[in-house]
Amino acid sequence: MFKLENVSKIFKVGTFGGKELIAVDNINFSIDDGEIIALIGESGSGKTTIGKMILRLIDVSSGKIIFKGKDISRYKNDKLKQYYRRVQGVFQDPFSSINPIFKADRIFESVREEFISGISKIEWNKKVENTLLRVGLNPEHILNKYPHQLSGGQLQRFLIARALLLNIEFLIADEVISMLDASTRIDVLNLLGKLRESGLSILFITHDLSLGYYISDRSVILYKGRIAEMGATQKIYHHPMHPYTKMLLASVPQINQEWDRDVILVEDGGQWNEGGCVYFDRCMNPEKDQQCEYQPPELIEVEPGHFVSCWHI
Amino acid sequence: MSLSVENLTVYYQTLQGQVKALEDASFTLADGEIMGLAGESGCGKTTLGFSLIYLTDQMRYIKGKVRLNGKVVPIWDNRKMDKFRYQDISIIPQYAMSAMNPTKKIGKMVKDLVQSRGLDYSEIEQEFIRRVRLVKLSEDILKMYPIELSGGMKQRMVMVISTLLNPELLIADEITSALDVSTQKAIAEMLVDFRNRKFLNSMIVITHDISILYQIADSIMVMYAGQLSEKGPRDAIINSPKHPYTKLLISSLPKIGIKYQEEKLTGIPGKPPLLLKPPVGCRFRDRCPLSYSKCKEVPPFVEVEKGHFVGCWKAVEENV
Repeated sequence: MFKLENVSKIFKVGTFGGKELIAVDNINFSIDDGEIIALIGESGSGKTTIGKMILRLIDVSSGKIIFKGKDISRYKNDKLKQYYRRVQGVFQDPFSSINPIFKADRIFESVREEFISGISKIEWNKKVENTLLRVGLNPEHILNKYPHQLSGGQLQRFLIARALLLNIEFLIADEVISMLDASTRIDVLNLLGKLRESGLSILFITHDLSLGYYISDRSVILYKGRIAEMGATQKIYHHPMHPYTKMLLASVPQINQEWDRDVILVEDGGQWNEGGCVYFDRCMNPEKDQQCEYQPPELIEVEPGHFVSCWHI
Repeated sequence: MSLSVENLTVYYQTLQGQVKALEDASFTLADGEIMGLAGESGCGKTTLGFSLIYLTDQMRYIKGKVRLNGKVVPIWDNRKMDKFRYQDISIIPQYAMSAMNPTKKIGKMVKDLVQSRGLDYSEIEQEFIRRVRLVKLSEDILKMYPIELSGGMKQRMVMVISTLLNPELLIADEITSALDVSTQKAIAEMLVDFRNRKFLNSMIVITHDISILYQIADSIMVMYAGQLSEKGPRDAIINSPKHPYTKLLISSLPKIGIKYQEEKLTGIPGKPPLLLKPPVGCRFRDRCPLSYSKCKEVPPFVEVEKGHFVGCWKAVEENV
């Protein structure tokens, strides 16, 4: 469905834009039909930037984003609008994703005005109701309400419903549950699972590894704009090969396993090794050497479908 | 016993009326105990933490007694409380990232802070620097402004500052929430280390993330809509919770090893009540699968096993 080819994003930073920050560095991966991919990374890993580039909210600096055979990375105007009928996104903070002075009906109505003409009011209302039911909301409790009258979990499902009104094929869910409470977030997660069963592909962007495990088929672990490891979710979690993935898994708090207190962590100092492996400074692998420091490792397929970028595996 | 709280009730005054954010909380903290305080947003956990150190303008003390090492803490009197703050009871506030004065260099800020307590900074300075090094920060940081530090560094700096006078009680409010997992682990372990080194006696760690508490807490207390649901040893709360809310909450947590295709987790239907007019009796009863007529009365917070307290009629019944 999607194929990212050598995608990079360079931001100009500094007072006069004199410095460059490579947010995403030559990324390649693909997303199949009906698949949930978890894009996992910490802050500054480039996960949100990738989501924004796929959604065309920001331009790519180089590379191609192929959607169903066509490069969408330079789409504008009409073509872009057609694209948005098929690809939509939902973001972390539901409260700032909608106009707070519009009632729910009017928010849906603007979708109709913008994208779907030639549909009767009755048909449209029916469609809205069905879509709300599909995401597990009771239309009576939602329509006629202002956003602030809904809870975070309701709003997040409401936003997913707004995207679904367009018969989309692909949804980008960027940290959609990190602001929700434990008792409601699992419902949103289950909703994504259900939507996938009906054919939707999803890019699930998260920093929370246990959520990624629960819902995704494949995982992409990002570090400083590069893919550290990628493959079937179960494989990556149970047999991680990249030192970064191992470190992440050792730091996730879980209620069925205590932390190993002997694992020594080198934290992110804000700087990273340029020119070689980006994880070099924090890497705890005793085998790390000059090659790691000066030569960036390629992403290598170590077994079918399992990719790792590390010189020592 | 380090801290004892009896029937503590604190409301918020709003234009619409009083928000009953904390109702009749009674619990104790042993010496050296790290108690995790968990619950969803709006359950009153931050209110409880705050009311032990500082009542904001909207907060109204209704009733209840707080004792620290047997001595009554006058939480209703902001001026008398001043003597307790920082020295006896200290807090690492939520968003500690922005807790430091941005216009002062960190060293100067700490010096001013210590002097404002009527203490001689030069007597404390060495210990301060020792602790800064202990959390793996360089001494040079004292000559920097807070803006020059990363999130994890600021969090550690605030930890050192908050505990500098070896408080009897430390309240840590959501201190790991905004951090990356690796930093989160380091900070959480440092908290335990601070307790072990006796930089503080006992500690209340407030968080919505129960899995963090499993890693660092000795005991866990769960709140719902302003009421205490359950308090007990860490393992008892995680592995054999007794309150229906705790049970549902813990079973809704995703864990590595559980996949959607194999085992579907479920959330808790419904949403918490508004605390302007909370339901009488147990406030969880509308969402509770076990609720019955008795639940219209407020359940007592009873000890069902040693150190394990539950506020639920069913648990009381089973225990009789």
